[in-house]
Amino acid sequence: MSVARAKEHDAIVVGAGHNGLVAACYLARAGLKVLVLERNGYIGGAAVSRRLYRDFTYSNCSYVCSLLRPEIIRTLDLPRFGLQIIPYEGGCTMMRNGDHLAIYDNHDALRREIARHSKRDAEAYDRYSRDVMRQCKFIKPLLMRTPPDPASFRPRDIRELLFLARRFHGLGEERMYDTLRFWTMSAADFLDEYFESEIVKAHFAGSSIIGTALGPRSPGSAYVLLHHYMGDIDDTVGAWGFARGGMGAVSNALGASLQASGGEIRSSAPVAQILVRGGRAAGVMLADGEEIAAPLVLSNLDVRRTFLKTMSAGDLPDEFLRQVRNFKIRGSSGKLNIALDGLPRFPAIPEGSPCTRGDMHVTDTLEMMERAYDDWKDGRWSRAPYIDMLIPSQIDPTMAPYGKHYMSVFVQYCPYELADGAWTDAKRQAFGDTVIDTIARHSPNFKDLILHAEIRTPWDIENEVGLTEGNIFQGELTMDQLLFNRPLPGYAQYRAPVRGVYLCGSSTHPGGGVIGAPGANAARAVLDDLGRAH
Amino acid sequence: MAARGASAKYDCAVIGGGHNGLVCATLLARGGRSVVVLEANRGLGGAAATREFAPGFRVSACAHLLHLMPAALQRELRLDEHGFIAAATQMPTTALVADGAALARGAGDVGGADAAAYARYDAPMRCLAAALAPMLSRVPPRLGTHRWSDLVPLLQLGWRVRRLGTRDMRELLRIVGMNVYDLLEENFESVELKGALGLDAVLGTNFGPRSPGTVLTLLHRLAGQSTVGAAGLSQPKGGMGGLCDALARAAGAAGVVIRTSAPVARIEVDRDRASGVLLEDGERIAARTVISSADPRTTFLRLLGTGHLDAGFARRVANFRSRGLAAKLHLALDRAPDFTGLKPERAVGRLLIAPSLRYIEQAYNHAKYGEYSRAPVMEITVPSINDAGLAPAGRHVLSAVVQYAPYSLQGGWEQERARFADLAIDTLARYAPGLRGTIIASELLSPLDIEREFHITGGHWHHGDLAFDQFWMVRPVPGAAQYRTPLDGLFLCGAGCHPGGGVIGAAGRNAAHQVLHEAA
Amino acid sequence: MPVTDPSASHFKEPLLKTPFHERVRALCEVDSYVPWAGYTTVDVFTSVEHEYFAIRNAATLYDLTPMVKYRISGRDAPAYLNRLVTRDIAKLGRDRVAYCVWCNDAGHIIDDGTVFRLGDAQFQLCTAMRQIDWLLASAIGFDVEIEEVTERIAALALQGPTSCAVLKAAGIDGIDGLKPFEIGRFTLGLAPITVSRTGFTGDLGYELWMTPEAAEPVWDALMAAGRARGIRAIGSQALNIARIEAGFISPNVDFVSAEHSLRVGRDRSPLELGLEWLVDFDKGHFTGRRALLAERRRGPRRRLVGLDVAGTKPAHNALVYSSRTGKREIGSVTSAVWSPTCKRNIALAMVDAPYFAMGSTVWVDIYLNRELVWERRMMQAGVVERAFFAPARRRSTPPADF
Repeated sequence: MSVARAKEHDAIVVGAGHNGLVAACYLARAGLKVLVLERNGYIGGAAVSRRLYRDFTYSNCSYVCSLLRPEIIRTLDLPRFGLQIIPYEGGCTMMRNGDHLAIYDNHDALRREIARHSKRDAEAYDRYSRDVMRQCKFIKPLLMRTPPDPASFRPRDIRELLFLARRFHGLGEERMYDTLRFWTMSAADFLDEYFESEIVKAHFAGSSIIGTALGPRSPGSAYVLLHHYMGDIDDTVGAWGFARGGMGAVSNALGASLQASGGEIRSSAPVAQILVRGGRAAGVMLADGEEIAAPLVLSNLDVRRTFLKTMSAGDLPDEFLRQVRNFKIRGSSGKLNIALDGLPRFPAIPEGSPCTRGDMHVTDTLEMMERAYDDWKDGRWSRAPYIDMLIPSQIDPTMAPYGKHYMSVFVQYCPYELADGAWTDAKRQAFGDTVIDTIARHSPNFKDLILHAEIRTPWDIENEVGLTEGNIFQGELTMDQLLFNRPLPGYAQYRAPVRGVYLCGSSTHPGGGVIGAPGANAARAVLDDLGRAH
Repeated sequence: MAARGASAKYDCAVIGGGHNGLVCATLLARGGRSVVVLEANRGLGGAAATREFAPGFRVSACAHLLHLMPAALQRELRLDEHGFIAAATQMPTTALVADGAALARGAGDVGGADAAAYARYDAPMRCLAAALAPMLSRVPPRLGTHRWSDLVPLLQLGWRVRRLGTRDMRELLRIVGMNVYDLLEENFESVELKGALGLDAVLGTNFGPRSPGTVLTLLHRLAGQSTVGAAGLSQPKGGMGGLCDALARAAGAAGVVIRTSAPVARIEVDRDRASGVLLEDGERIAARTVISSADPRTTFLRLLGTGHLDAGFARRVANFRSRGLAAKLHLALDRAPDFTGLKPERAVGRLLIAPSLRYIEQAYNHAKYGEYSRAPVMEITVPSINDAGLAPAGRHVLSAVVQYAPYSLQGGWEQERARFADLAIDTLARYAPGLRGTIIASELLSPLDIEREFHITGGHWHHGDLAFDQFWMVRPVPGAAQYRTPLDGLFLCGAGCHPGGGVIGAAGRNAAHQVLHEAA
Repeated sequence: MPVTDPSASHFKEPLLKTPFHERVRALCEVDSYVPWAGYTTVDVFTSVEHEYFAIRNAATLYDLTPMVKYRISGRDAPAYLNRLVTRDIAKLGRDRVAYCVWCNDAGHIIDDGTVFRLGDAQFQLCTAMRQIDWLLASAIGFDVEIEEVTERIAALALQGPTSCAVLKAAGIDGIDGLKPFEIGRFTLGLAPITVSRTGFTGDLGYELWMTPEAAEPVWDALMAAGRARGIRAIGSQALNIARIEAGFISPNVDFVSAEHSLRVGRDRSPLELGLEWLVDFDKGHFTGRRALLAERRRGPRRRLVGLDVAGTKPAHNALVYSSRTGKREIGSVTSAVWSPTCKRNIALAMVDAPYFAMGSTVWVDIYLNRELVWERRMMQAGVVERAFFAPARRRSTPPADF
């Protein structure tokens, strides 16, 4: 290892996922020499666009964009580096009886659509949106802040706790109670307070289980629902959209922004070990034995992978390791990426409706969703899974050849470990068939159109992307792992127990989804420690 | 007693002669108020009564163990002077597991590899629970008032949590929102022990062990248990009705007028204040303050009427989740049941059927879809072992809480009651093979029966789910969590209030304090 | 597989058409439409100015169908409504109409509207915004039936000094005996219609309620009868001028519904909106009563008042200041217009205590675009009563004939 090389880098970021890249960008812009090391031959982690079948582009992990903080997009100048986000045009849930519920942008069309199922719910929807938006307004300013440590007496923590308390108090009595309840309720109970129609409840409950090892009846699932609402596109709160060119466009824009700020990225450079010398970070060792020195190491890996697999136990306190082992990071989601020879027909959807140009679902009752969760608890994939299905190529012409289509199918629930033993190719295929059959029940020509299907279980996601147990949020979004508890009580401020080692992935506040806030917050913590402006 | 038809006037009228109503009435009377208690049924005690379900066989109707009523409250009420006797105290808990083994559960009872783990788990949990325990005997604070009386309890709680030390405080803040499944998985290997410990977190709740919030319910229970002193788990002589008889005597001694068979039809309002109650037979009872131990829905929606309430508040009350899911099985037996492998000294105690967390979770799965558990979980006592007076000589009664039995059962309880009772008996017989042949009579109280018999909407033992969003400052609903209601002169004192049900008596006590404080 | 409900194709045409649509479309020369409560309605037919002057000088027809209408009936209907709105419905006689507001628990306005008493326990509630969610929440514990009937009732506002004459000429006998806020039942041609002497213009006027089938014949009959009396169809813009002159408030303009607000502190109480005359504290409980009592004790923090602004340029979106220096913001203008009838520059503004006292002077900043150059003018404004124009003819019975 050349000594000259050791001086080259102020900071190393392990993993070129979107959060790693965001952190690297902020550090580079503050003048640090930053090197990002990526295990795979491409950057992006779980925000990638991949060509696995002919000219089709798959967003083969994360597939839609909303949560990415606008302040990050602006500061890092991502649109200049090619990022374009195009909003959905609708959404729908197809019902087993052949009917459907469509979601339209136009408020009047939406009201009349919901009114087909329940006049009352059509108007309760306004109260529902209002209450969710109120919660979003409360939570949004917290996303780009480092959580306080409630057990600390340091001025910064006390200041931050007071900030939280003041914001909370500013809600007024009624809304304080609403907030307390909302953060702890189940999505089912929450929705019951608004809606009477099963289909309406089922449609909105979808966001409460995506990526989550909870059912809609589990307390805390209402928060997960909120987690999916707190993004916005062009100031439209809760809107979702496609990154033009697939989710890899986010990572590529971040990569380009980083390079423009003087940062460096090395792909196909798997980090085997974060090196600690004299009780502080010294750099990393790659799988091939190469050592790269740097006084600062930021890990974009999840908390379990960082500390249990990439650091040696001797460098970490036992108590800390016990906490890390107890971190909940169960995988619960699968994914199918399908190349289609044409646009599938969905007889339940009226001809010409824009609602297929958004997220499509087939789970029409909460009970169906809850039973899907029961299967997962028992160690098998859901026999009637919840799916979040999109055909981005309807809107984004870059995703598939003309006339052909790319379909992204997110599947909830699929376990990391099966009760009847390890995943095999046959089981993966059977899982894929379950999903395809589920879709085919609502689309007679679907199966005939399939040119290629990539089937991804949590086990595959772990192996390819590195997310422990394939958990897409790098750790569950339950009360015990949110805010100052994320990832671990006492370690929620992006700093590891070893000086110079930081976490910057979704395992940290505010959690998973392509938000970028963990990366930005971690970079701020680094710069604070260096005494630099940010 | 007041003569019928005559219009009596009291300072306070307490609706419902259950344990909370009686506690509240006694403390009000001792505070110098003239108090009348109005009970709809012929006997007192509400759901904390003893019932004769077959000739000569008596049993506690709902809760059959006393383990949450604070020792301080018992002393304050001087219950032993009023004839309260415990037939048994420090009752052990034993989990019945398959293959005839019985697993002792409790400090010092756990053996093997889990003994150390149990010690590591149990002591800190007790410590955390003890830090929360003072909350139980206080009126919850109200947010946004800018009043010291509301701020101080919050600061006190914060301080108590802070004083746990950095490590325990962080642990508390982490686990309090967790599910009991994960907590036990973090701590134990033994499947049976995890099941037995997990049951305490979900008894009487609408949750399975994997539901987040079940550590809160467990801590809540442990907090309650930390206040009972040396008695531990105990069984009142004469069943739970024995406790209520003592409470009634205490009330009587304090000058409370107790009227049974006096169902209240309506809470009366005059010039923006509760002014008394109207009985179903048309009699009016004037009172400056009305305190209801009935569940919140009954109190607000039926007795008061929403016309006196704001619509938003009424909507919150209507959304209060209060569908019961625990049934009660009573068996009259011609001899003591013989649970395989159970040592006689443990038969006097509490027996659990919850062989694993998975078993409990699967039992819960059914309840989510309006079905009863195909393999239910149970908390069993054979009270006649400790208290021979509950059954004819040589015979016995078995009392079991059976979960999950959802109030809104598909097919309806009238159709399904017998089938579920049969299933529960089958489940028991798996652990006590000869049981079926010894049954003389049996009774199953479904949530629907509990609703009818004890006038609890939804037949929920705690009058409403104990969950984060129905807890403490928001129990039963925001705006009524301090026992005071939006209507001047009307208070709540039942299990629907903080700290909930389970024969604690704290709701009655806290409410009495609030009433006395208000008027002072 | 069942066929999808054909009514599910509303994405193609989200807005509904009223039964008068063919008639108004024929007259809408400038093709200016606005959505209102899910319907396509006309904003301007030909000229705002001419339409406005027809309100104050002759007679006008305004398509009121999108007004959301509910039938409320059942044993508890009177008690239900009395708990819902702040006025005393018990005092509302049969075939009478009352303008009402209703509040949430905090005493903040959800909406305003009119309650028609059609029978002892038969009511119609007309509102600007859909209310079923709140109406049903309020129905918990009441034996009452609530049904939205918007699509089943076509409605027209016939307003202006000659409106009574138009109705008489159309053959409605006895219309001149109808008192303000009274309801009468008549036939026009073959169609039975219900007429209430109500309106949103502050002038003489009527509102006509009929079945959708009767809509076109009634429209045609009124247009024919009114031809010599200057009748014309008007759009929302002309009506808006008239309603500001009358000092009437409009939801989402002068106040935001407490059921829709997102931000803390944006809700408004009836006391703040200067509607205490609608609040009957002695009638028994109604939603928000306890909060409003507390507010009355405290005194309102702000109040919606009329402003008589110097100059001729309407003070749209202006902030209100305590002095010419503009150092202290004390509120904002919610509605503003040059009043062609009063010849004054008028506005409605929410002004903080204590500046809202009648007769006090405040300042507003007006931004003027003068040939693409923006200029800011600080204009003096007097705090005045909100009804800028209230002619005696709106109340006189029988009205003058023309």
